[in-house]
Amino acid sequence: MSANATGIGASVRRREDFRFLTGCGRYTDDINQPGQAYAWFLRSPLPHARITAIDVAAASAMPGVVAIFTGADLAADGVGTLPCGFAPDGGPIKEPPYPALAEDRVRFVGDRIAVVIADSVAAARDAAERIDVIFEELPLVTSTLAARADGAPQLHDDAPGNLCFAWTIGDPAAVEKAFATADAVVSLDLVNNRKSPNAIEPRACIGEYDRARDRYTLTTTTQNPHVIRLLLAAFVLKIPEHKLRVVSPDVGGGFGSKIPHYGEEVVVTWAAKRVGRPVKWTAERSESFLCDTHGRDHVSHAELALAADGKFLGLKAKTVANLGAYLSTFGPLIPTYLYATLLSGQYALPAIHCEVEGVFTNTCPVDAERGAGRPEATFLLERIVDVAARALGKSPAEIRRRNLIARNAFPYQTPVALQYDSGDYEKVLDQALLLADWTGFAARREEARRRGKLRGIGLSAYIEACGLAPSNVAGAIGARAGLFEAAEVRVHPTGSVTVFTGSHSHGQSHDTTFAQVVADRLGIPMDNVEIVHGDTDAVPFGMGTYGSRSLAVGGSAIVKAMDKIIAKGRKIAAHALEAGENDIEFTDGAFTVIGTDKSIPFAQIALSAYVPHNYPLDELEPGLDEQAFYDPRNFTFPFGCHVCEVEIDPASGAVAVVGYTAIDDVGTVINPMIVEGQIHGGVCHGIGQALFEQAVYDEETGQLVTGSFADYAFPRADALPSLRIGHNVTPCPHNPLGAKGCGEAGAIAAPAAVINAVVDALAEYGITHVDMPATAERVWRLIRNAEPALAAQ
Amino acid sequence: MVSINLRVNGNAVTADVEPRTLLVSFLRERLGLTGTHVGCDTSQCGACVVLVDGLSTKSCTLLAVQADGREVITIEGLARNGALHPVQQAFHEHHALQCGFCTPGMVLSVVDLLSRTARPNEHEIREWLEGNFCRCTGYHNIVKAVADAATRPGAGHVG
Ligand code: FES
Ligand code: FES
Repeated sequence: MSANATGIGASVRRREDFRFLTGCGRYTDDINQPGQAYAWFLRSPLPHARITAIDVAAASAMPGVVAIFTGADLAADGVGTLPCGFAPDGGPIKEPPYPALAEDRVRFVGDRIAVVIADSVAAARDAAERIDVIFEELPLVTSTLAARADGAPQLHDDAPGNLCFAWTIGDPAAVEKAFATADAVVSLDLVNNRKSPNAIEPRACIGEYDRARDRYTLTTTTQNPHVIRLLLAAFVLKIPEHKLRVVSPDVGGGFGSKIPHYGEEVVVTWAAKRVGRPVKWTAERSESFLCDTHGRDHVSHAELALAADGKFLGLKAKTVANLGAYLSTFGPLIPTYLYATLLSGQYALPAIHCEVEGVFTNTCPVDAERGAGRPEATFLLERIVDVAARALGKSPAEIRRRNLIARNAFPYQTPVALQYDSGDYEKVLDQALLLADWTGFAARREEARRRGKLRGIGLSAYIEACGLAPSNVAGAIGARAGLFEAAEVRVHPTGSVTVFTGSHSHGQSHDTTFAQVVADRLGIPMDNVEIVHGDTDAVPFGMGTYGSRSLAVGGSAIVKAMDKIIAKGRKIAAHALEAGENDIEFTDGAFTVIGTDKSIPFAQIALSAYVPHNYPLDELEPGLDEQAFYDPRNFTFPFGCHVCEVEIDPASGAVAVVGYTAIDDVGTVINPMIVEGQIHGGVCHGIGQALFEQAVYDEETGQLVTGSFADYAFPRADALPSLRIGHNVTPCPHNPLGAKGCGEAGAIAAPAAVINAVVDALAEYGITHVDMPATAERVWRLIRNAEPALAAQ
Repeated sequence: MVSINLRVNGNAVTADVEPRTLLVSFLRERLGLTGTHVGCDTSQCGACVVLVDGLSTKSCTLLAVQADGREVITIEGLARNGALHPVQQAFHEHHALQCGFCTPGMVLSVVDLLSRTARPNEHEIREWLEGNFCRCTGYHNIVKAVADAATRPGAGHVG
């Protein structure tokens, strides 16, 4: 094997491609169990109502119907409600019960009311139409701010003012002092638009119950099978965890929406035992829109205090975050610790204070969506920095440069809890300006003007906290779980290796990247390495994949397990080579007595571990199979700088991204091709949020207006640009791979880069802010409204 | 029940189907060809694209009975004798897939594009693919893969 061809840093082509390219992928909906029945959920057509009666008699008599269950059936059987996994600072927060099937009240359009289980989907669906539900409609509120207004309709009796929590971070006195001494203060009101995550594979799940072993299996489209097992077994079904197996096979994208534990998973698992058949459910896209957790939905006010020279003195922010009708699994985490802790960005910002209110509304629950809190923070900060630059007559690059944390200032403690471990922000700023040809922009703008187009350029310097998370820190801030990762490295007698990882790939390419790491470390060909994930019966444990944590945390666990393998291998080799253990080194796949040519290849050591004839049996167990749990010492801090250029047609308001440059520092890169792919995808999420996407509820009726791909502006190939990508590498100092995470970077950076460019293009109209999405209509209206004032000048 | 006769990936298929059965359901559930995916219920995402008489077709939009007498190629029928089709090969080399869910429809749609336009430019590629949604790749590498595939012999043909 040539280490260079597949080693760390090589763009190895993906091993998982063949099955996906030839139709051999195995997604949940591709799986059918003998005798399975099909579930169809009757969902609330109303945003807020009391259920006064449910009559299932006529529906039950329909052909093919096996059973119909309602919330009362679950409650009667002692089935618990869906738990929430995070309370900021341990609470108190309002945690109203979120039943898998509504009991006496529905709180958003799409809330599950009943399930029909039938011999076919069509039969289940037909029968669901015959269920008679009597509703007593209640007043509703969908908008984030309206939920807090006096007299707003109340969703939950025990959450007055629809307030789930009011949370703050930072030192208000220090901030007031900074503002008192400031030469200038700028302020900005901004909205972070609600998104539908829209993985292309709709959610699906299959519940099975094995009467002989009294054991359940749930196959489900999840990013974190062990988390689902824990929540479903311990909190909902109240069964021991060993009585539940959760399998997550190929999953067609997650983007956060496949983290939470959903009611459909509860119902198919529970019902499989009740009806004595496997029960399968596959979402239709319209259900995905209604019920897959949404992302973002913040309304914020921010103020930045500056010295005359452009130095940042203090930042204050007030945010109201829409949590939806109930708390999703990590709902309260996103707008608190994943958001406000990032408000220092890349800057030496001495004082920060942020207040967040989490509110209930008659909308789909909100949870993580690619970036999860960090895009909201970056958008706020990078927008207000641009506003400040304009107010002070400085260039966006210069005001940023003046305030960046210096490369020799690490570790750097921010005023909002995080300690950045490493970075070189000025270097990536310079790289980005160069690659984007920042200095050539004026000429491009002129050229565009001759074509009748308004051209603008925008910067976004971002940082993110990934690699979730040191468990003690997570616990201290309110997580109800640890956030380590687990791995098992099983060396087979002939020297090939199976790796079991608690991470989960739903597009991230673990099968390739992790195999590269293992092959590189053990000096064996990648073909001799198998990566297994997504099955709680096979994998020791795991917290799953989100927050760009797979390589930094999951990969580190694999390295740690390999270290144990190598340590044991050295002992075996020392015995065989009659040398001291400390005289054995492991390089290029062989154990060698240092300074000699006495050496044993890895595979032979594996064989002697399983055929222990000449083996130190007094000291060592046979076998070569090790597990590790890796708990990170800190978060990781990927960072970068993105530059966007847009052209706007002033007649139509249409915005086109005509140039996009990204420089990212995600630490050590195992596979550059895969990392670039992650950046591309993330950037296009961010462009989508900035220009097209928004989940819209009608405030009068509470209906989701954007309930299909005909109504929701999903970013299509013809609406997106090709990208220019560059890297910088500052290895993470505290994990063995030096990796930081790359999955969310683009989605975090791009919205601010795009909107800063849009505002720059429109600056001549006196326009200082544009809310997302910057649709043609919105931009056209801003231009039309600004024209009279412009003419008057 | 209606009786239909068609060819799927070169094999003759005869079946009785309910008139309301969609072609995609017939392929997935009756023939077990689960490489054809369903990503939406409004005929927009393109995850279900197959070739019907050589034309890329959203199989969620066609009834199985409408495929009577036709030649259907699904993703399972594209690689021949274990060798990837040039479009599949280009997707692999350019990392034009991540989760893989959009990929079968994307690949078959591209085969049709290249059968019509031998050397499409970026604009033409992006316009053609506006009916094939991908949430993972941002399309950047898909566009590169298509441009490269266009230079390979046989990219616009099946078999
Ligand atoms: S399934 Fe979406 S277009 Fe056919
Ligand atoms: S690769 Fe995941 S949707 Fe395209």
